[in-house]
Amino acid sequence: MARLERLPEPLRSHVAGLECPTFETNPWVDGPPLRTRRVALISTAGLHRRDDRPFQFMSGEYRIIPGDTTTNDLVMSHISSNFDRSGFQQDWNIVFPLDRLRELADRAVIGSVAEFHYSFMGAADPRQMEATARDLAVVLKKDDVNALVLVPV
Amino acid sequence: MATTQISLIREHTAKIRPPRALWVPFELGRPLGRPNDAEFQTRVLMAALKLLEAPSGPVLADFPEDAPQSEDFAEGWACPINLSDEKRELTDSEALLMAFKSEINRMRSWYDLGVTRHGRTTFGVSGLDPGTIGAFVGGFLEGKIPDNPRADLSLALVLKLAVDDIKAYYLEAAAAEPGKSEPTSVELADWFWKETVAARVLRAVKEACQNGTDPMLKITGQRLIVPMSYL
Repeated sequence: MARLERLPEPLRSHVAGLECPTFETNPWVDGPPLRTRRVALISTAGLHRRDDRPFQFMSGEYRIIPGDTTTNDLVMSHISSNFDRSGFQQDWNIVFPLDRLRELADRAVIGSVAEFHYSFMGAADPRQMEATARDLAVVLKKDDVNALVLVPV
Repeated sequence: MATTQISLIREHTAKIRPPRALWVPFELGRPLGRPNDAEFQTRVLMAALKLLEAPSGPVLADFPEDAPQSEDFAEGWACPINLSDEKRELTDSEALLMAFKSEINRMRSWYDLGVTRHGRTTFGVSGLDPGTIGAFVGGFLEGKIPDNPRADLSLALVLKLAVDDIKAYYLEAAAAEPGKSEPTSVELADWFWKETVAARVLRAVKEACQNGTDPMLKITGQRLIVPMSYL
């Protein structure tokens, strides 16, 4: 279980000691009802298409995951060895719930699914990701995305 | 742009204070809870999406359910591949490497079955194939440095990716047997790190790298090959 107190040592102390950024403001964006929102996924699991470049050590880059990516075409090159990967091996939705998102769109629970999704590799300094995240926000707006689901690993 | 997120470590999220977050009590690597359980995953995803309708924030909500266990959980799981022959003492690198290659070959039919059953594999990020990956990783034993098979990536990164490919190959093979109880992540990890020759090779490669002189290989050996829980 990922309840911090239940992680075994030394992993528990390592995770507890990770530096977390704090912010002076709490930005907030309202939007339309959920049933009309266009939703994209952003993962930090180091996911990419099979023929795309693996993530480098401590990379702040992202990879593009087109919405028509097949399950066999999505692989993981996260550098950490300290999380389970067998779930992803059995079912990509465990870290990249694209099938679930599509089903919700089919049922009109959400408006639509974005044409493109994205993955960062979470074992990097968040400050290395800020510039690329800002660039990505522009790209997302061009895809008319107005809701993001951020999924950790 | 409005965001909602899933959180695996509540303490981190409480410090960062993102606009909307759903803490889930699932293990690292499984933010949507349980593989191949669409109904449960949908409940998790909906709980995160519903936070988009909160009137103000920051919001940190707690998902109330633990990930369900397999209905066969009480029966336990046993690897379908008998590795008992490989438990003999392997006292030198050459014998260890031969046993490793033999073990990879023995896993192959189960790995191929898994690919056929599931229509996918996560093996392949290193660009190496099952026939040569054992020799490449084993090439680091005793402090040797093999040739880099990829011109576009550093040797240390190729080693890291090859190690992950080996783990994927083994775990996909071990989980491939149809009709048996679904193995938990702990059962699979315990089996790999305690029962396989591959784990012995990876531990030896870890030692060799962290005792060597190449700085990137040292870091790879120290931190990226063997999980903290299995040191």
